Formats: sequence, C-alpha cells, structure tokens
Amino acid sequence: MSKLSAYFGEFGGMFVPELLVPALKQLEAAFSDAMVDPSFQDEFQTLLNEYAGRPTPLTLCRNLGTGNNKIYLKREDLLHGGAHKTNQVLGQALLTKRMGKSQVIAETGAGQHGVATALACALLGLQCRVYMGAKDVERQQPNVFRMKLMGAEVIPVHAGSGTLKDAVNEAMRDWSATYEDSHYLLGTAAGPHPFPSLVREFQKMIGEEAKAQVLENEGRLPDTVIACVGGGSNAIGMFADFIDEESVALVGVEPAGKGLQTSEHGAAINKGTKGILHGAHTFIMQDKVGQIEESYSVSAGLDYPAVGPQHAHLAETGRATYEAVTDDEALDAFQALAKHEGIIPALESSHALAYALKLDKEVNNQIICINLSGRGDKDLAHVYNIIGSNNLGSDAS
Amino acid sequence: MISRYDSLFQQLSEKNEGAFVPFVTLGDPDLDTSFEIVKTLIDNGADALELGFPFSDPIADGPTIQAANIRALEHQVTPEDCLALIQRIRNYDQNIPIGLLLYSNLVMAKGITPFYQDCAKAGIDSVLIADVPVHESKPFRIAAVEAGVSPIFVSPPNADDDTVREIATRTRGYTYLLSRAGVTGTETQAALPQNKLIETLKLYHAAPALLGFGISQPLHVKQAIAAGAAGAICGSAIVKIIENHLDDKQALYSHLGEFVKEMKAATRFSD
Repeated sequence: MSKLSAYFGEFGGMFVPELLVPALKQLEAAFSDAMVDPSFQDEFQTLLNEYAGRPTPLTLCRNLGTGNNKIYLKREDLLHGGAHKTNQVLGQALLTKRMGKSQVIAETGAGQHGVATALACALLGLQCRVYMGAKDVERQQPNVFRMKLMGAEVIPVHAGSGTLKDAVNEAMRDWSATYEDSHYLLGTAAGPHPFPSLVREFQKMIGEEAKAQVLENEGRLPDTVIACVGGGSNAIGMFADFIDEESVALVGVEPAGKGLQTSEHGAAINKGTKGILHGAHTFIMQDKVGQIEESYSVSAGLDYPAVGPQHAHLAETGRATYEAVTDDEALDAFQALAKHEGIIPALESSHALAYALKLDKEVNNQIICINLSGRGDKDLAHVYNIIGSNNLGSDAS
Repeated sequence: MISRYDSLFQQLSEKNEGAFVPFVTLGDPDLDTSFEIVKTLIDNGADALELGFPFSDPIADGPTIQAANIRALEHQVTPEDCLALIQRIRNYDQNIPIGLLLYSNLVMAKGITPFYQDCAKAGIDSVLIADVPVHESKPFRIAAVEAGVSPIFVSPPNADDDTVREIATRTRGYTYLLSRAGVTGTETQAALPQNKLIETLKLYHAAPALLGFGISQPLHVKQAIAAGAAGAICGSAIVKIIENHLDDKQALYSHLGEFVKEMKAATRFSD
C-alpha cells in the first residue's frame, strides 16, 4: 500500500513535538500493513460482526416528518457500546496489539469514547487509562463507573477548563513519555496524521453499509446524507463512500449551542478560522492572536473547538456543506424521534436529525439518510434536567 | 555579521566554559515582574535566554510551565506584549542571544512571514516551535532564515538516523538536545549522559547542542557538558522559583539570582 497522504488540500499534517513523530510513523506503518493483511481484516471483521453487532440496520421512519420525503436512519445507536465509536476503537485496539504494545491511553469528553476504549481493552487484554476533564468526570458519573467496571483507570484532568480539549492535551503529554509501551487511541477523525485517515478507514463501513442498504430498498442512491460533526468521526465514516458520488449531497451538522451569534457554540467550520490545534492544520475556534477558545454544546460529544482536517477540506472545496443546529433545535429533535419513532437518539445525533427535519420541510420526494450515530441513554439525566419530565418541549414535527 | 550564538559559543569555548541557558514564560506572572526576572537572569550569569510566549494549550509542557502559561494568560498577556517585552530586554542587553519558544498556532495567527519579521525587529535570535517537527518545518524555516532568525530544531533521543541528519542540517544557532522522553518538568530528571547522540550530531556538523528537559541541579549541567553538550537549558526549576515566591518579589529575585549563579558555576570546567 502506498504511503498515506498526511494532507487533505492544505489541511492536516503532523504538528507535534519531534519526540512523537516516531510513534506516529510507527502507527502509520502498522496501519498501512494491517490494511492489506487479510488476517487483520478477518479479525477486525469478526469482531465487528460477532462482538459489536454489525451490520447495523437502516430504518425508514414511519411517522417522523412531513411525509413528503423518505427519511432513513443508519442505526449506529444499536451498536454495542451505544454508538459508532466502537467500530474504530476495535480497529485501533487490534493495531495496538499488532505493534506489540500493552497499554492504551485515551481521552474522553462525555465518556463515550472512554467507554468504547475500555470495552475494547477489556476484550483484548490491554491496560487502559482514560483522561477526562475533571468537570466531565463530575457530569458523567455513570460513564466513569462503566469504564471502571471494565477495568479502565480514569484520570481526572484539572488543567485548563477541565474538559475534552484539556483531556486531549494530557493524553498527548502522557503519550510523549510512554510511547514505547503505549498507544494513544485517539477518539475522533482529528489530530495529527495518521489519525484522521486511520479513523476514517475504521469507520467507513457505516457509509458503505448505508449505501448498499438504500440501493437495495430504493434502487437508487440517497439525495442527501446527513451526520453531526464534532471532531467528525461518525460523519467521515458516513461520508467516505459517498464522496465520489456527486449526485449525493453531504451535510455535516455542527453544534450552534446557544446560537452562532453568541460565543457559546462549537461550530469550528461555520465560525472558526484556520489554525493548528492538537497536531492538525484545520478550522479551529480561537481569538485573534491564536489562543484556543472554549467550545460549548449541550452535547458533550460535539463540544470540541476544532474539526477533523478532512472535513475542513470538504468544506473548503464545497463537496460537503456544514450547517449548524442550536441546543434547542437538537432537544426538539431528540424528543420528536422518541415520540414518533420510539427511538431515543444521542444528543449528538439529534443535531443531524434536527437539520434533516428542517430540510424535510423544504424539499419533496427526496431520500434523506441520517447517521443516527448513538443512542440517548447516556443523555437522559441531562435532558431531564433541562426539560423536566412534565414539560416536554415543542414538538418538532 | 557573526550571529550572537556563534560569538557566544566561541567566547565560551575560549574560556573553557559551557552555556547556561534559563527559560521563563514571558509575562509570568505579569509583564513588569517578568522584565525584572529576565534582568535578574542576565545579571547573574545567564549566557543566553529561552523565552516562551504563553499559550492556552502547551502540549509539550508539564505542570510547572503550564501553570506559568496560565498565570500570564490570566494577566491578558498577548504576543504583542511579549514582543515589546523582548524589545526591552534587547535594549537592556545588546549581546545576549535570545531564543523564542512557542507553539505553532501563535505563528499561524500572525502569519508566518510577518511573525518572523516581527521577531527580527524585536531582536530575537532564534525561534523554536514546540509542535513543528523538522519534516513539517519548510515554510517556517524558510521565512525564519529570510528574516534573519535562526530556526531551532529539537533532537529527541528516539529519532532515527535520517531524522537526526535532517535536524542537524536545518537547525541554526544551536541544537535543542532532548535529554529524555516526556514533557518539560523536574518531575522526571534528565537521562544522562547523552554521549552517543551528541557524537552523531557532531558527525553531521549540527550547531552546538544545548541539553534540555529535566535539568534542575548543577550536577545535571556538569553531566551535560561532560557528555559533550555545549551547555544546558533549564526551565521548570527556574519557573518553580517564580511560582514559590509570587508574594515576595525581593525573595524571588534573590533566590533566582542564587540559583542562576550556582548553575552557571557548574558550566566551568576548572574543578
């Protein structure tokens, strides 16, 4: 296999201390070898099918929306672990073993990537330590408990704002001291090369399956494919196999938080500027001198002040468009899907859904395919605190 | 014109001494105190200076220097403020080599070419970008050299031979020799000696090596020089002194002065 490109147009790269370059190059080499090694592919596929529950179904909504379009949900919420995260974590955990390393480091925001990493490490006999912002540790106790049940060590990070960005910083610091025995299992399609490519390759079955499923049901490709974007792993997994299908519109949905006109959002593509964070040249949220700003979203999984470099490139070239959805719109979509289809989506995925419901009002006879990247069990307490049990918000349909 | 680094290393070698190079974060804890701190370093024998711009996400730094970054940022210290501070330091001492150490996004936000032009104007001799490894450095090092600023590269203990050669070729002024893996800080001591890597760098005609990371005692400085380094860089141990004396500036300057004198004394071969 030819060497992977570190860049997507001007975006990407490997902006890390020289000390981490050998570890990233080792990972790149192990990944390139694994991708053409049938025994690796067999093992990965077996785990995906028999442990994680692939392929996931594609569900046609019966009640949601105007009825003028067909709205399909790619059901990553049904995957073991409750979200698409499990796909790529299994791939990276297998790579860890392939590199002869016994320890895994991960960062987590809401805890979903931490939980996915913990389950893969339990399964494959790897030591696991997860860095998590101290504030997030407090907010996400059930996930902290899940990780610990599965044998992971959870290390609270007090530095900075005590959230995901700081957990990434701390994981990179740990890795720079321990790279000989440890693999940094980055949780999204961001960060330094080769992570954006590697995570895409380990997530692209989402789009491959969805494409085949839509073709089988409809005899044609979808008109629009929609996914939420924080770092962008579920979206790039969903988009990858559609990028060359020019008739298919790709829409990424960023968190507008309390509104794009406020400072409280996480819309790095819509409102950010070019810069370097966590190893990649991409769109980031920063002040005018280059200090990184705090992001915000009701959905912890989208609360990140940068975006994967391939999304930056898809946005810059116009191949994909990036919309933004507020907390309130996402909360409405969250309730609408529960009420009309009996599915409680993750708050992250609710952003994709909220945009789909807007689109549904504007077009006719379209096939709209949404990546329902995770389920909402983890968000129940949080949503309960916001809307209460008796005051169910306005009905999105 | 001979560079300040070249003339420093020449003078030191004539005196049979190594270089002692302290690091501090600019604007820590505030701009005026920071100027007094740097003046204290110079007055007590620092041979060159490494100065950091505060950044929100310093991934190569341990807890001590992270805290220094936060203190400076809490005082709203900007890169412009830091450049003005460096200009004051340059006016105070015309000859001391001044190295800047920072993270890439601060360079990108200014624009690569204007950034290096500003550095040259402020009297900065070298720039090390902590998160730009040599293979990503082309636009940075070209702009640096055009502006008359030396690009500095880090030679880590784990680099392969091709990378060491590339680093040796690209670095100007001095080579930042990493004593060990990990981040900055005295929590993990320098791993010494580093004879082999120093020999390899000399073989490739790299600029003189200054050893950094985990240098906190005169013994470390001695060992670094004995192993063939041209000197040692000491950051967290200095910043720790600042952190411990935030409420008493006179004690801060006197402790700093004492420490710098001891560390500088360890660079002399006579004993």
